[in-house]
This record gives sequence, C-alpha cells and structure tokens, in this order.
Amino acid sequence: MNKKKIVENTAKLIFFISAALAIFAVCAITVYMFIKGTPALKEVGVFNLLLDGKWMPTAQNPSYGIFYIILASVVGTLSSVVIGVPIGLLTAVFLSEIAEKRMGSIVRGAVELLAAIPSVIYGLIGMMVLNPWMYKLEKAIFSGDSDHRFTGGANLLAAIIVLAIMILPTVISVSTSSLKAVPDHLRSASLALGATKIQTIFKVVIPAAKSGILTGIVLGIGRALGEAMAINMVAGGAVNIPLPFNSVRTLTTQIVSEMGYAQGLHRQVLFTVGLVLYIFIMIVNFILLKARKKGETAG
Amino acid sequence: MSKKRKRNSILAYGAIYLCSALSVVLLAGIILYVFVKGLGTVNWSFLTSVTSVLRGTVGIAGNIVNTLIIIFLTMLIATPIGVGSAIYLNEYAKPGRLVTLIEYATETLSGIPSIIFGLFGSIFFGEVLGLGFSLLTGSLTLILMVLPLITRNTQEALKTVPMTYRSGAIGLGSGKWHMIRTILIPSAMPGIITGVILAIGRIVGESAALLFTAGSAKLLPKTMGQLLAKPLQSGGTLTIQMYLSATSEGDFKTAFGIAVVLLIIVLLINLGTKALTKHFDVSRKD
Repeated sequence: MNKKKIVENTAKLIFFISAALAIFAVCAITVYMFIKGTPALKEVGVFNLLLDGKWMPTAQNPSYGIFYIILASVVGTLSSVVIGVPIGLLTAVFLSEIAEKRMGSIVRGAVELLAAIPSVIYGLIGMMVLNPWMYKLEKAIFSGDSDHRFTGGANLLAAIIVLAIMILPTVISVSTSSLKAVPDHLRSASLALGATKIQTIFKVVIPAAKSGILTGIVLGIGRALGEAMAINMVAGGAVNIPLPFNSVRTLTTQIVSEMGYAQGLHRQVLFTVGLVLYIFIMIVNFILLKARKKGETAG
Repeated sequence: MSKKRKRNSILAYGAIYLCSALSVVLLAGIILYVFVKGLGTVNWSFLTSVTSVLRGTVGIAGNIVNTLIIIFLTMLIATPIGVGSAIYLNEYAKPGRLVTLIEYATETLSGIPSIIFGLFGSIFFGEVLGLGFSLLTGSLTLILMVLPLITRNTQEALKTVPMTYRSGAIGLGSGKWHMIRTILIPSAMPGIITGVILAIGRIVGESAALLFTAGSAKLLPKTMGQLLAKPLQSGGTLTIQMYLSATSEGDFKTAFGIAVVLLIIVLLINLGTKALTKHFDVSRKD
C-alpha cells in the first residue's frame, strides 16, 4: 500500500515539474534577454541608442543608433497588417458565410498549407520573383533621380508584401472561427428584416465577431514582428529610413545578419535590439491575454 | 437606392471571391514555381551525397542527417514533458493561481518568435552550459519552442476522453497513475501523435532559432562513433543550408532543390495530420 502511494506521488511530482517547466522557461528567457540587453544601453546611452538613426558599428568612430531599425519593424508590421487583414477577413467571410462544402475545403486546405510552408521558402521566392519586379518598378519611378540609392529591388515594400502573405493564414483561421461562432439567429433576424446577405455579413455578423477578429489581428502583428528569415532575404542589407523603396533592416533581420560576426559592444547592441523586440512581443502577448480573458467573461 | 444596393452587393461578392482565390493561387504558384525550378536538381545523388568541391558532388545528405538528429533529440525530450504537462493541467491541477500561471506561461511561450529562442538558446545552452554550436544546443532550444504545441494538442485530446472512463477505472480500484497509463494515454494517443507530427513540421521548417544554436556544418558522419558524437558537433539542417545557399553561397540550384524536398515533407505532414484527425477524432465539430 505504501509503495503504491510513493508511485502515485512520484508520478504527480513528475507531471508537475513538466508543467512548471513552461514558467521556468519564460522566466529564464526574460532574465537573460534583460541581462544581455541592458549593458549596451548603459554604455552607449539610452538616447544615443534608441533615438538615433546613425548605425555605423564598424566605423572608426562607431555609432549605434537603432531608431530606424525600430521604425522599420513598426512600419513594416503595420503596413503588412493593413494589407493582410482586409484580404484575410474577406477570405474568412467566404469560408464561414458563403462557401459551399467543396470550394470551402479547397480554400481551407490552401490556407493550412500556406501556414505550414517554411519561411525560408517565402524568402527564396521573394528574392527570385518579387525583388526583380521591385527593381523594375524602382527603375521606372526613380529613373531621373540622382539622389536615390538603387537597391536592386530588395526593399521595404518587398518585405511588407511577404509579411502580408505570411500573416494571412493566422488572420484567416482566427477570423473564420470567430465568424462561425456568431449565433445563427442573428443572421436570420437580419435577413427577416429585409437586409441582403451582404448587408447581414457586414452590418451584423462581422460586428458580432469583432473581438475574435481583433485577436486575429493582434496575432498577425506578433507574427509579422517576429518573422526573421524571410524578410532578411528580401528587405536588403542596409539601415535606412523605412521608405518603400529603401533597403531596410528590421529588429529581427538586424540580429540575423550581424550576430554571426559582431564583437564587443556591437554584439551587445544586437542583444539590445533583441530586448527591444522581446518587449514589443511581450506587449502584444499581454494584449492577447487581456483580449482572451475579456472574450471568456463575455461569452 | 435599390440599384446602388445591388451594385454594392456585386462589388462585395467580387472582393470576397477575389481574396479567397488569392490564397489558392498563391499556394499553387509557390508549389509550381518551386517544383519547376528545383525538380531538376533533385535526384538520388543529390539526396545521398555531400557537397564537395574536391569530388565535384552537390548533395544534402549531411543536412538530412542533421535534420533527423535534431528531430529525434527534440521530440525525445519534448514529447514526455509536453504530455506530462498536459496531464498535470488536465488531471491533477485544481483551478487556481498556479494553473492560470502555467497556462499563461505556455501561451506566452507559443507567442515568442523563433529568433528570440535562437538568441536565448545560444546564450543559455551554448554559452552558460557550454554546449557551443551543436545539434544538442539546437534541440534544447527547439524543445522550448514546440512544447506548447504538444501540450495543447494533448490537452485537447484529454478533454475528449469521457469522464466515465476515469471514474470507471478508479471505481475498479485502479490508482490514478495506473488509470492515466492504461486508460487516458491510450485514449488520447491520436491527439498526442497529431501534436508530435505538427511539432516535427515546425522543426523541419525552423531556421531562425537554429542559425545561432546548431550552426551550419554539413559533413556526413561515416561511422557509428561519428554518428553518436554528432549531437555535440555543429550541424546545419535543410532550412539552414537552403538559407545559406540562397544568400551567402549564391547557389540557387541547391536552394531550390532543398525547397522541393522541404515542400514534399510539408505536404506529407499536412496529409498525415489530416488523415489522423479524420480517422480518430469523431467528436470534432469542424
């Protein structure tokens, strides 16, 4: 009998440790991001680091301003959301309100597969297809402009397009399930009052699914902020003001492309870049948790 | 008014159909493009040899072996922990502060981008624990990343196991651990396997978390001893090699060849999970 009790307690303890590992992992990641990310803030100065745009880490008189890098991440993420969300939402409307079984399963299957394609493949195709198009566009727009530094098509616009495509599956799947969760009697009531199907969708169903759709948007923001490899391959390799036809570095691509060789203070600054990204992501996560909690108490 | 309404309606339908078609067209375009560009590269020697300037061969065998080792090591550790965590949350824990905290932590973990995992892994496993650039460092990093996936899928599966199974087993005199081992885990197996397959898919496609943890070596172990020593050495997976081929090495033939292999793996994994959920999960409404 006693032996059985020992076995039971051991099992329980092991399961508990497994579960607690997640807490331990989050704490460890947070602690190490701060330990590694803060020294450069002291060394370079908060203002010089975060609010200066001059990035010349290997110059004689090095300068470590990451303002444009932060700005490129913010601009890139928000623009990709502005493009991706309407497309994703309309696709979700199709899947939940309009599609009959066969068409629906084709689109749904395609969306699932798009989510599963590795980001390096998006990057590769972006490099081979998107960048040449961008270069043509660039040549056409800036043909007489001697101030413009030509990028060969690797620019912010290409990154935004790739990101918009990459967040589509997230936006679509979250929005579809929240649209599906809208009770049918709302639709029937609206139709019975003489509204068309389209009016019902846009004036009744989408507003009713608002909080779920917002969750999808926030998830999309998180995904776009954190994406590294694909945009590293299409966005070019220079720190610049985030304008559509400039080569840009974002928080993620800055780490990917320079961590391999950076030394000393340069390396420490890259950890600060990581810390800034981590703080952004934690804010996004916090908003998500709040939204989920609100959704639970409301539903 | 009515005419305007009709026009708006047509416009709205047009936009909806156009956007929905976009996903299908994009997917078809990506698959077609990659296969047209890369299928010519993929042959037996591409899959079974190692790129060597001396012998004039181009191949990804080393990267395939590295990928398999990383999958094996990661899942070997992540599966029991993920399943154990789900069992604790679902079967033992009483609702309260601690459970909420664990669930928050799992949720947070799944929202952290892979580049952050890569940074943390290279500092903690690579520097602090002294494992350097190695397949083991990469695997330990990936464990944290796939843990939420396995936990969540197992939890979903445990929730569908009827309460009567549990009370039946306990009523017959079984201890809780015995009940979990003989009743719950077998019943939840399809969910667990789905989680494992999804996690493998995630590992195969992962690159940012591995670049600074597992490194990029591509040698093929020749003896059993070399294979056993491999986890402590640096090694690039298929995605890492593809990234390097497309960027610093400028070898697009190899890049597209690997892309074909990756796409085939992704397609197989997708079909596999679909078949599994269809076969086992009768309760799912979707």
